[in-house]
Order: sequence, then C-alpha cells, then structure tokens
Amino acid sequence: MIDEVVALSRLQFAATAMYHFLFVPLTLGLSWILVIMEATYLMTGREIYRDMTKFWGKLFGINFAMGVTTGITLEFQFGTNWAYYSHYVGDIFGVPLAVEGMMAFFLESTFVGLFFFGWSRLSRVQHFGVTCLVALGSSLSALWILIANGWMNNPVGAEFNFTTMRMELTSIQEVIFNPVAQVKFVHTIAAGYVTASMFVLGISAFYLLRARDTAFALRSFAIAAGFGLAATLSVIVLGDESGYTAGEVNKVKLAAIEAEWETQPAPAGITLFGWPNDKTERTDYAIKIPYVLGLIATRSVDTEVKGIKDLKKEHEVRIQNGMLAYGALVRLKAGDLSARPEFEQTQHDLGYGLLLKKYTDNVVDATPAQITKAVNDTIPKVAPLFWSFRLMVALGFLFLFIFSCSFYLLIRKKLAENRWLLKLAVVSIPLPWIAAELGWFTAEYGRQPWTIAGILPTHLSVSNLPASSLYASLAGFIVFYTLLLIIELFLMQKYIRLGPSSLHTGKYHFETKVATNLPTKDAP
Amino acid sequence: MIFDYETLKVIWWGIIGVVIIGFAVTGGFDLGVGMLLPWVGKTDDERRVLLNSVGPTWEGNQTWFITAGGATFAAWPLVYSAAFSGLYTALLLLLFTFILRPVGFDYRSKLADPRWRSCWDWGLFIGGLVPALIFGVAFGNLLIGLPFDYDMFMRVTYHGGLLGLLNPFGLLAGLISVAMLLMHGASFLHTKTEGAIANRSKHVASVAAIVSAALFIAGGFWVSHLDGMRILTMPDANSAFVPAAKTVALATGAWLDNYARWPLLWALPTTTILLMLLCALGNKLNYARSAFIASGLAVTGIILTAGASLFPFIMPSTMAPNNSLTVWDAVSSHRTLSIMFWVTLVMVPIIVTYTSWVYRIMRGKVTVEHIQENQHSSY
Repeated sequence: MIDEVVALSRLQFAATAMYHFLFVPLTLGLSWILVIMEATYLMTGREIYRDMTKFWGKLFGINFAMGVTTGITLEFQFGTNWAYYSHYVGDIFGVPLAVEGMMAFFLESTFVGLFFFGWSRLSRVQHFGVTCLVALGSSLSALWILIANGWMNNPVGAEFNFTTMRMELTSIQEVIFNPVAQVKFVHTIAAGYVTASMFVLGISAFYLLRARDTAFALRSFAIAAGFGLAATLSVIVLGDESGYTAGEVNKVKLAAIEAEWETQPAPAGITLFGWPNDKTERTDYAIKIPYVLGLIATRSVDTEVKGIKDLKKEHEVRIQNGMLAYGALVRLKAGDLSARPEFEQTQHDLGYGLLLKKYTDNVVDATPAQITKAVNDTIPKVAPLFWSFRLMVALGFLFLFIFSCSFYLLIRKKLAENRWLLKLAVVSIPLPWIAAELGWFTAEYGRQPWTIAGILPTHLSVSNLPASSLYASLAGFIVFYTLLLIIELFLMQKYIRLGPSSLHTGKYHFETKVATNLPTKDAP
Repeated sequence: MIFDYETLKVIWWGIIGVVIIGFAVTGGFDLGVGMLLPWVGKTDDERRVLLNSVGPTWEGNQTWFITAGGATFAAWPLVYSAAFSGLYTALLLLLFTFILRPVGFDYRSKLADPRWRSCWDWGLFIGGLVPALIFGVAFGNLLIGLPFDYDMFMRVTYHGGLLGLLNPFGLLAGLISVAMLLMHGASFLHTKTEGAIANRSKHVASVAAIVSAALFIAGGFWVSHLDGMRILTMPDANSAFVPAAKTVALATGAWLDNYARWPLLWALPTTTILLMLLCALGNKLNYARSAFIASGLAVTGIILTAGASLFPFIMPSTMAPNNSLTVWDAVSSHRTLSIMFWVTLVMVPIIVTYTSWVYRIMRGKVTVEHIQENQHSSY
C-alpha cells in the first residue's frame, strides 16, 4: 500500500469532515433555540418572539444549506476513498448510516422547507410542531452518526467471517447501546448547544453594544444565556472522559491525552501542563495534581490507569498473536480447513497482525525490527493530543464563565453597565467552533493507527486509487469548500449587520431610522 | 428472522430499487427544473417562480439520494465500495455539481445583485444537468460492464478511468436520463405554474417526452446486441459467499434473458413507451396533472426496464466476469438484511405519509404575483 495514498485519503477525510463540522454544531443548537423562541411566541402570542424565530431562522437557513452541502460528500466518501473499510465493516457500519437517512435526515429535510415557507399556510401550533420536528431530526441525525462513530472507537456486537472476509453484525443492541457512542452523543450535541448559544449571545451583545433593536436583542440574549449555561454545564459534567475506559483503544487515547508514560499506582495523578516528548517517553516540566486522573478516568480510587509503556508491551504480545491469526487465515482461504481451530483461537488479534501489513506483505515473516515499528505505531503522537485536549477543556471553562456572568448580570439587570462582558461575548463567537474541532481532532487522531479500533488499521482501509486522483479531489474540495465558506460568511455577516430589519416588518432599526452605514437597496 | 437469506436478498433488490425510483421521481423533477431554470425563466421574477415551485420540497426529495447511498452501504456494501471507488472521478464530479444546489437555492435570492443571481442560476443549471447526465452514463455502463476485480482478501481494484465511461452506449444512456428528467421537470412546472411559464414548460415537456421515447427505443435495440452475462454455476443462494465463488459467461443478447424467460416483462418497456407518448399528449392538450403522473410512471418504467434486464446482476465485471456483483453475493449478512428490512418497512411508509402532507400544505400554483408579494421570504 502506498503511504502517499493513505496520507492523502486521511487528509481529505479530515478536511471534509472538519468543514462539515463547521456547520453541524450551529444547526444542532440553533434548531432548539428556535423551538424555545417559537414556544414563547405560542405561549405569549407576542409578535416579537415570532420575529425572533424568523430572524434567527434566516441565519439558521444560511448555515443549514452549507451543512447539507458538505454532508452529502461524507455519505459517499467511505465508498470513494475507503473502499476496503466499506467492504470490511459495511455490514455493521452501514446500518446506522442508513437508519440516519431514513429516520433523521428525511425528517429534518422535509420539514425545514415548511419551517421557511409554511408560516402563512400552517396554524401556529402546526408551525411550532414543524420547528420541533426539524430540531428532533437534527438531533436524531447526530445520534445515529455518533453510533457509527462510537463503533469505530469501540467495535462491539460484531465478529469476523472468513468466508466473506469481513466483520459481520452479531448484536444490533450492543452497537446501539455502545457506551462510547452514548457518551459521545451527549457530549457532541451539548457542544452544539453551546456553539449556538454563543452565536446568539454574541450577536445579541453586538446589537446591545450598538443600542439598536434592544428589546429584540435582550430577549435573544436571555434565551441564549439560559440555554448556554445549561448546555455548558452538561458539556463539562457529561464530558467525554467516562467513555475512555471502555475499549482497549480508548485506554491508549486516554494515556496519550494525559501523557501518561508509566502506569501509576491508583489513584493516578493528572498532568496539568508539561511538554510531552515522544523520543524520551517522558513529559518535561510537568505540573502534576495527585489523584485527579484516577478519579476522572476510572471513577474510583483503586483502579489503575495504564501507562503508555505498559500498553506497548501488551500490544507486542497481541501483534505476535495476530501473526499467527494471519497465517491461519491465509491457510483457511487457500482451502486448508485444518487451520480453523488455530484461527478461532487467535482471531481476536487479527487486527494487530494486520498492522504489520504496512511493513511486510506476508505478515508471518515479520522481523523483530518490523514488529517494534508496528508496536510504536499503536500509540498516536502524544503532544498534539495532549495540547488539543487541554485547549478544548480550557475553552469549556471560559464558556462557563461567560454564560454564568451573562446569566447573573442579566437577572440582576446590570448588563448595560458591564460592557466588557458584551464585548467578550462578541469576540468569543468563534471560540466554540475551535473547541469543537479540537474535540474531534482529539477523538479521531487519538484513534490512530486504526479506523476500527483493534480491528482494521487505517493504512489498509483506503481505496486502490492513483495518488493523482486524490491530489485532484483534495485540491478540488479545499478550493470549492473554501469558496463556499467565504460566500457563506459574507452572507452571514450581511444579515447579522442588518439584524431583524432583514425581515422587512417595518418595525426595526434600519426601517425606523435613517440608515447611515448600510445600503439597504440590495438587501431583500 | 422470518425470511430466509435468499428471499431477503431478492427483497433488498426491490428496496434499493424503490429508493432509487423514489429519488428519480421526486428529486428527478427538481433536477429537471434546475436544467430549465435559465431557459424557461426569462425574467428574474419568472426564475424565482421556477425556484419556488420546488423550493419548499426539493430538500426532502434530495434525501432519497442520500438514503440510496446509506441503504446501499448497509445492504450492498460490496456495491457501495466498488462502485464509488471505481467511478471515483465521475462520482466526485457528480457531488461537486450536486452540492451547488443546497447553497444555490438558499443563497441565490438573498442578494439583489443581478450578477450574483445569474451566477447561481447557472450553478443550479449545472447542478441539474451534470448529475442527470452522470446518473445515466453510470447506469448505461452497468449494462456494458466495468473493469474491476478482487484479490483473495476481497480488496477491489478498478482498472479504468473516467474516459472509459464515455462510450457510445453510456452516452446514449446519459442522454436518455437528461431527456427523461427534462420531461419530468417540465411536466411538473406545467402543473405548478401559470401563463407564459406554463406554456413554455408544456412545449418542452412534449418535445422531451417524444425524444425520451425515441432514445429509449434506440437503447432497447442496442441492448439486444450488447454482451450480457449469465450465471452458469454458483453456491446455494441461501448461503453467504464471495463473488468469485460463481462462474459467469458472457453472451451477446443475454441482457434479454429475463424477458425471454418471463415474457410478461415485455409489458414494462411497452407501457413505458406508451406513458411517454401519453405524457407528450397530455401536456399538449393541457391535461397537466395526468401528464405529470404519466411522466412519473414513465421514469419509474425506464428504471425498472433497465433493472429487469440486469437482474440478478448489479455491477457486472468485464475484467473478471466471475467477480461480477450480483444480488446473491454483493449483500450484507442475513442478520443485517433482516434488521434493515424491518427498519425500512416501518420508516418508508412514515416518510411517504409526512412528505405527502407537506406537499398537500404547499399545494397550489406559484405565480409571479406571489413572488412579488413575498419578495423577502421566497427563494
């Protein structure tokens, strides 16, 4: 397998998935904020809440279009660029993807049209129902995608079938109720709620700072502050950590994130800061807090957290076992059924044997040097994980600070005197996106060298494609997506600057005063 | 698991067919409207009438396409991996043009600048034409066969490129697809609009229906001279096996085997041709609704005719005919097919029900006056 193709395929997947996730969190969260606004309209009957639903709905629409655009690619990219992966695990992995289409995406896409065009054709209650279905659809969509993703990290409910040369489903319940998937789902949608809350909070703060459409902005600010505070607390409390103890590869991920080179006696201390060094396998300038890691990772004081060096020793044993499994499999495929007992005994380590495919095509004749290389591959690079995780957590606490202050000052009616907070909210708008992308980076980079943890190595998963096709498609995606992103941001800022005046109700800022800084002629 | 493996394999051929037809019949007229946008819509308001005729519903329609991707992944993982990696460049071309549509629909009328709007109009035109063409070319090439094979670990290699797909028969199939979706899109516009737009649409629809019928007949004669495939031997259809476990022979005209075996199948292509003629006539005589129903059924008929010729093949291999993917060996495990069958059985009627409700809410014609009254909330 050519390393170049593997590197390009990974880069393309990372680029397209991360682009997609620029739009997903806002859709996830803003859809529920729209539900809250419309529910308030339904209960109070005050038009300002309908206008809020419509205005934030416009921004939702601009974002939603890009989410759909970038999402279509992902549905097909497993086939285009990860053909062997698709064959090897499609029997399981395809299920949540197909269910997502039928159960969630259809719901979201069918009703989103009515959300925009149904205002005059539906009763108030009906329209509210439609908005709820859009929000429900987007959250359900996240659920099924994260069940698929959770399975990549902790592949339960499946076994290898040597006749068809692939993994096959043994229990759909285990796949759906996979603890890793459940934790990821809750963490991811809560992160989406935080993103949308910060978006609404920051933009409302911008209007408050300019003292325009104050009543509209203050109500939006209030909803965002309340929803955002609850969401931030869930993100932090229901953080990803509890999922890390499930599954072998998540142990590796945890050790790498925490730069835990040696196994510490329980309960382990946590390294707050330091400089992880892959070469010497130690963390320079480490600042440690005793006990905390053990508490977070194992929720106990007497379970130890395995260090990287010990994990490597275990992996070496599994790789050697995997070589036996691979040898037995080749004999089985050649028709020698006597290899079956040996294969059945060793097949749980077949994936570790496949790690050697990178260095020798025969696997069974691997030299000790090649085995050492494969063992080293089982641990992802520590420093990027260590830092991205810490940055994400730090941002999480910053969000908690912003939402708490916002909420507190709002109910004490002291927002106006505290312009620093409004300014902070404005400049913090992009931060949740950074935190979300860092989170995905930590989760997926930390899964390396596997696409399916412990089962299928990344370098075997790719399609047999010429590198030239990949250079072309990668360049195409980057240019095309960047262009679309620029257009989206341009429209977004245009409508944000216009504010509720873009609804043309005749009640808002640019319609009641003489517009000084914005030409309204090309704003429909 | 109520059904045995063999039955489920056949049922899944039907389900994938339903999903593809679901997309062709609903998403199909959206693509057609996209292709017609710069031509049938002469002024900005008229173009907005076209956009808003599909505006509230195109997104749901498109989901049939996404679902076809997901369902193929779950039920035919071998087809999903071999087809999309093999037809890499064609598929990416399709995706790049296809994904102009979500942003095109939503962003086009958000600014008043005529250059901005015209750019998106052409984007939506390309986003209709190129996917329609590629869908057809890809389908046509299934009947030609594709150059791919498997190694012992079931790793698939494709030995051709984009240009190999552009053979005469593939191109004819591409043209059939474009003409068929033009017929369908224009028939839809005839029902959904009034006055000048409806008039232009019905002419396009009549011509496109006649052209579709002529091309479809030509394609039919051509197929009888193509090299088709026949399964000679294979393991028990009720068991799991890899494609290479069967033997396949090439034979000219073998794509008509099913028609020879079940002569009743001839009703499919003949009815389809009749429906296209009815569509032309219906449009001409202003029976817009009936013409649209006829065009929807004709689209269904065209896909079924091609599917019936190929069955049980899905993706024949010219490189190694034994490696051809069929409904017997390109499928998921018995358990997965069974679970997904129940999911589909529950979900598809629900989807159809709420989609119909949305169409009913948004029923009625879209007019220039309507656009002018709703300048700021329409597409």
